[in-house]
Amino acid sequence: MAPERVVVTGLGVVAPNAHGKDAFSRALREGKSGIRFHQHLRDCGLACQVGGIPEGIDELLPRYFTEEERLVTNANITFAVIAAVDAWTDAALPRIPADVDEVDWDSGALIGTGCGSVDVIAEKLVPATNAGKVRRLGSTMVEQSMVSGNSARIGGLLALGNKVSTNSSACNTGNEAVIEAFRHIREGRAKRMLAGGSEGHSKYSWAAGDAMKVTCRTHNDTPEKASRPMSATAGGFVPGSGAGVLALESLTSARERGARIYAEVLGGHVNSGGHRMGGSMSAPNPEGVRRCIRAAIAMAGVRPEEIDAINGHLTATFADPHEIASWRDALDLAPSKMPLIHATKSMIGHALGAAGGIECVASVLELYEGFVHGSLNCEDLHPALTAYADRIPHATVLMPEMRVMAKASFGFGDVNGCIIFRKFEN
Amino acid sequence: MDQKEVFDAIIAILKPFVKNRDALATVALETAIQKDLKVNSARLVDIVLEIEDRFGIEVKDEDAEKVRTVGDAVTLVLREATHA
Repeated sequence: MAPERVVVTGLGVVAPNAHGKDAFSRALREGKSGIRFHQHLRDCGLACQVGGIPEGIDELLPRYFTEEERLVTNANITFAVIAAVDAWTDAALPRIPADVDEVDWDSGALIGTGCGSVDVIAEKLVPATNAGKVRRLGSTMVEQSMVSGNSARIGGLLALGNKVSTNSSACNTGNEAVIEAFRHIREGRAKRMLAGGSEGHSKYSWAAGDAMKVTCRTHNDTPEKASRPMSATAGGFVPGSGAGVLALESLTSARERGARIYAEVLGGHVNSGGHRMGGSMSAPNPEGVRRCIRAAIAMAGVRPEEIDAINGHLTATFADPHEIASWRDALDLAPSKMPLIHATKSMIGHALGAAGGIECVASVLELYEGFVHGSLNCEDLHPALTAYADRIPHATVLMPEMRVMAKASFGFGDVNGCIIFRKFEN
Repeated sequence: MDQKEVFDAIIAILKPFVKNRDALATVALETAIQKDLKVNSARLVDIVLEIEDRFGIEVKDEDAEKVRTVGDAVTLVLREATHA
């Protein structure tokens, strides 16, 4: 039996610069930064005191959660639920009411997270346990502290009966979820999968990166300039948060429903570099990166020159020039022939486990609407990237004829993921 | 504190956890917390904690386990509040 073709029929996003696909598209086109100064980070002595935190979320809660559910949520789960429900609704999929005993056995969710609900663990579970007040924790700690709390909540809200799980591979998490969900549908195991990633804005998870000195500490007074992928003055990534979820669906199911199709997932590959050949816990083995990109392209059945744009990992660390060299080597194209290269993180920071999900939503919107957003804050391009200068847009470029977009993420642990999206063609 | 005050306070505590919202309209002392109001059994521990905080009492696990109806909860609170 031929593998199922897999298409994107719904989009949901909670990003530091916008909530919802329409507002997010506008924000991308306008180059709207969601990076702000946060006093609570300064108060805790973090060197990086800027970050990307979705705004206006409290006002949204009654639309997505019952009164009881609001007692049992936190930033990570809240972002995941909003993005997933939005993607489901955007796909015009029916919701089974909570009091109806029916299950959608053909739909599932794979929603990853990098750090889970660290805020709940740090602020409630650990202090109460250490104080001998475990009884006071009540019933809500398990579902909030378990890493799969995000996908579990979504599964219940939408009565999902297929695979419901949470993956984790650091900054590759969201991409990995989309790739694995794509394969799940492709193999005929599900008709529909919500796929992406979520991440809360816990100062505790951000403190870990701060201590490692991999976050930006040079732009606390100019937050919108802080996230500088591909810049000569990039000084580390700016932590971000939020969620991005795609509704993936078999083409057969989408056609039966008459669903709107945003794009097709042509191929995807996940691998790792084994912490060898230049790779380590914190740096990618370039051979692993090249193999990942090539495998995704081979599965997609496209030629490198057919790729119109790359939505890179590009976090604003020393690794950016190495990443672009790996793209060049993998595609075997001269710098002047490379696809357009851009970094969504320049507007929203690095949303860690949510990054791949949010940036996949950006990539699919760009493909569907025919534009490539500009990369902010790299007017002073890194000297190693001079040859690519005209391939890196600083403002939105309209590309109505764009057909193919590559999206990659590379994570701590030397893990890689690359996806090839194509505008849907019958 | 009379029975009516305790009853109203307990209903206010239960309200966020009630899945059968229609049953709230006719709630009475004999209304069963799980069977009629469809409160998730896992949430009973949270309800007990809130009752303790609201009335300044301590509820023993064995007493909490015997509570089936709203009236059982009211009786328990009135008894413990008298002892406190």
